[in-house]
Amino acid sequence: MTGVLDSLAEVLVSNGLIAAFLFVGVVVWISYLVSAKLTGGRLHGSAIAILTGLVLAYVGGVVTGGDQGLADVEIMAGVGLLGGAMIRDFAIVATAFGVQFDEIMKAGAGAIVSLIVGVLGSFVVGATVAYAFGYTDPVSMTTIGAGAATYIVGPVTGTAIGATSDVMALSIAAGLVKSMLVMTGTPFVARHIGLDNPSSALVYGGLMGTTSGVAGGLAATDPKLVPYGAMTATFYTGLGCLLGPSVVFFVIRGLFG
Amino acid sequence: MVIYGVALLAACMLGGIYVGELLGKLIGVEANVGGVGIAMLLLILLSDYLRRNGRLNPVSRQGVVFWSSIYIPVVVAMAAKQNVIAAVKGGPAALLSGALAVLVSFALVPVISRIGKTGVTQAGGVRGEDEP
Repeated sequence: MTGVLDSLAEVLVSNGLIAAFLFVGVVVWISYLVSAKLTGGRLHGSAIAILTGLVLAYVGGVVTGGDQGLADVEIMAGVGLLGGAMIRDFAIVATAFGVQFDEIMKAGAGAIVSLIVGVLGSFVVGATVAYAFGYTDPVSMTTIGAGAATYIVGPVTGTAIGATSDVMALSIAAGLVKSMLVMTGTPFVARHIGLDNPSSALVYGGLMGTTSGVAGGLAATDPKLVPYGAMTATFYTGLGCLLGPSVVFFVIRGLFG
Repeated sequence: MVIYGVALLAACMLGGIYVGELLGKLIGVEANVGGVGIAMLLLILLSDYLRRNGRLNPVSRQGVVFWSSIYIPVVVAMAAKQNVIAAVKGGPAALLSGALAVLVSFALVPVISRIGKTGVTQAGGVRGEDEP
């Protein structure tokens, strides 16, 4: 019997990346099921899936005592490859495909201002909180600030400027908190912030930036507004990845380095 | 051919990361300065140019679209390999920075909406459910 299990483990280890595809596929599938059945779609499946990933990384760390989360479990080593910087950046760059500058130009000044204020504002808030909690080096401040932008901008910025894995995990967690709050909180505040027309939806998308949060939040508020918010939000991560490891990092390093 | 799309994506990523490295050297920091962002800009500009000239057929496009649609699963894998135990110690920092960022952004919606009273007539569609 152990021979059968050993063989299975062997197959999983020697085909690590493929095992990771299967594993992540199952996690995503269960997460979307939970999203639909238990939260009525209120909490987006992607947020549940990422949260599950973080929880499993915690479990992996407890079991192995390593600092690579689930990737330290031998049969799950492929997760480290699939979620490593190389493939991650490749997939993120691909999301820029099909974005057209003309569209945002049409959206007007409000959308552009909201994007810039949204990205920079998140950095300021995140970096300030990081500083208050004792992360006073410029790399950690910038990375956690980037996480307050989105859970993508966080690790992309962190990798670029050489942040440690625990700071990177913090930045993902910050981005995730943001995404989930936007998703669930939007319907409740929509009326108070005038979020009831395409124009304010564009601004809202540019300020929030987390596309899963924006799409989920607007869908729960008024599905007609989703494309407007999502359009500006798609520019947000690109802008964050551009400004984070450059302008923002230099400013923070200049002030606190 | 699907590989043309994948190759285009690879060219943009390598180009962007390379420029990011050069910028880092130029400024004198041990960092990749905006590489991924530059790569995204390159992809937007190049794919737009190729599309206008009819050089990017639907099959080639699939090579890019596949990777853009796989990005949430990749992010799930990325989350699963982080040092979460160390991060949990700093948990309140993550919670607070995420929550404050949302509160500030919510508060700014009506402020900036006033600037943006430009009358929206049309907007692009949502490309997928999971774009960043």
